[in-house]
Amino acid sequence: MQRYVVASVAEIPPGTHKVFTVAGRPIGIFNLEGEYYGLLNRCPHQGGSLCDGLITGLAVGDRPGEFRMIRKGEMIRCPWHGWEFDIRTGQSWCEPAKIRARTYPTEITAGTEVVRGPYVAETVAVKVEEKYVVVEF
Amino acid sequence: MSLTLERDVDTHGGPTRDLKTRLRIIDCDIHPYLRTPRDLDPFLSARWRQHLAEYGKGTRGIYAARGTYPRFMPNTCRRDAWPAGGGLPGSDVDFIRSQHLDANDVEFGVLEPLLEGNAPRNVELQAALCSAFNDWQVTHFTDIEPRLRASILVPQDDAEAAVAEIERRAGDRRFAQIQLSSRTPEPLGRKRYWAIFAAAERVNLPIGLHVGGPSAAAPSASGWPSFYVEEHQVLSHSMPTQAASLILEGVFDRYPNLKIILIEGGFAWVPTLGWRLDANVAKMRSEVPNLKLKPSEYLRRNLWYATQPIEEPEYPQHLRTLFDWIGWDRIVYSSDYPHWDYDDPQRAIKIAMSEAERRAIFRHNAEQIYRFN
Repeated sequence: MQRYVVASVAEIPPGTHKVFTVAGRPIGIFNLEGEYYGLLNRCPHQGGSLCDGLITGLAVGDRPGEFRMIRKGEMIRCPWHGWEFDIRTGQSWCEPAKIRARTYPTEITAGTEVVRGPYVAETVAVKVEEKYVVVEF
Repeated sequence: MSLTLERDVDTHGGPTRDLKTRLRIIDCDIHPYLRTPRDLDPFLSARWRQHLAEYGKGTRGIYAARGTYPRFMPNTCRRDAWPAGGGLPGSDVDFIRSQHLDANDVEFGVLEPLLEGNAPRNVELQAALCSAFNDWQVTHFTDIEPRLRASILVPQDDAEAAVAEIERRAGDRRFAQIQLSSRTPEPLGRKRYWAIFAAAERVNLPIGLHVGGPSAAAPSASGWPSFYVEEHQVLSHSMPTQAASLILEGVFDRYPNLKIILIEGGFAWVPTLGWRLDANVAKMRSEVPNLKLKPSEYLRRNLWYATQPIEEPEYPQHLRTLFDWIGWDRIVYSSDYPHWDYDDPQRAIKIAMSEAERRAIFRHNAEQIYRFN
């Protein structure tokens, strides 16, 4: 396992995401209300660039003709065939038992910790007063 | 601590490629779009430009200026296929190159314009629009990127004008096929279309029969579906309908060297159509006494089937069974780029294939039917 410093927290404000190539892997980092989640930018269905998809919620209804949107901003829809995944867990909405998008655990680490290591941060200029998103795999 | 952290922001690159062996592929279905409607103007006469401005296209569709069903994705396209520099997906040759042709090592891609050239009720306007779209394909696509090859669009409701357009383009090697649409006002085997088939055979060009088209009829056999997902499904039913008509009307007896590729109509139906027609024709031979072969034999002699949208059986090995039944020599790869239901050449076919099988589907079969060189 290796820990990679991906970005400063300021680079990914709440409700946004950004794709980084980390040790050759394209990984999208999502900020959901201050919590950070990592998703491989490759859909498990046919390999589409998942993180280019629409950020959406779930349309649910109790009876025909009634519907409402819940969990807004927590689902991502692949730009190719529209498969939907829970950004937090990678779980597929269409095939929850069989298909899961690859997720990466993330944490927020203070610059003072990052400079102490062991982290890979060769191209991120680390400042001690900042906080950083760290991905582990 | 020796790994380098790269900071490239990868917004359009798509999946990385991991080819087992390099196989330059042939893609039978790439959709070009106009950057702006004005791009067509240089290829239309003043009369038709004025006509379009004053009266519009007057298509057979039930709405004047939009499709019948709101689409699942904007412009029916992949959300990651919109060029950074603006314009519709499929309108920017540089972006088609980087996102599809280069990324997937496509040697030749056949353009399938779905821009309603053959949709107006006014057949003279059909002819003018089809001819303009043919000029537009070579000017804006094939002359800029020779890996892309054009389709001869024809005013299919007017066979005489369609033949004139085929003859005008047949000697131009930038065109790889003649395109027809699968939703026609009458089944394609009818005599009104025979002159088009005769011309295709005469100039030795295949016909790409792409799903959709200008019919005013409901897409389902029982009226109008409620949902886009339903319409998306039943559109493909036009394909077995057309295959049956072409066979039973004797088109392939009259034009035995005719080659037709059925594009975006699925293919799991092919074996059952063959079984049923063989059984029924054996019983009702006297109604179609001129058929020289069993219907299933025409399915294996004159028709080819493009892969997209790939059939996705619960157990992927059933796809192998389907290919075995249909014939590995009948299947040609198609991506449908840049539409949302695009099939990735590395990932869409989820069965292990031998090198010969892969080569057949992704290259060799298409080389046998299309004109690329």
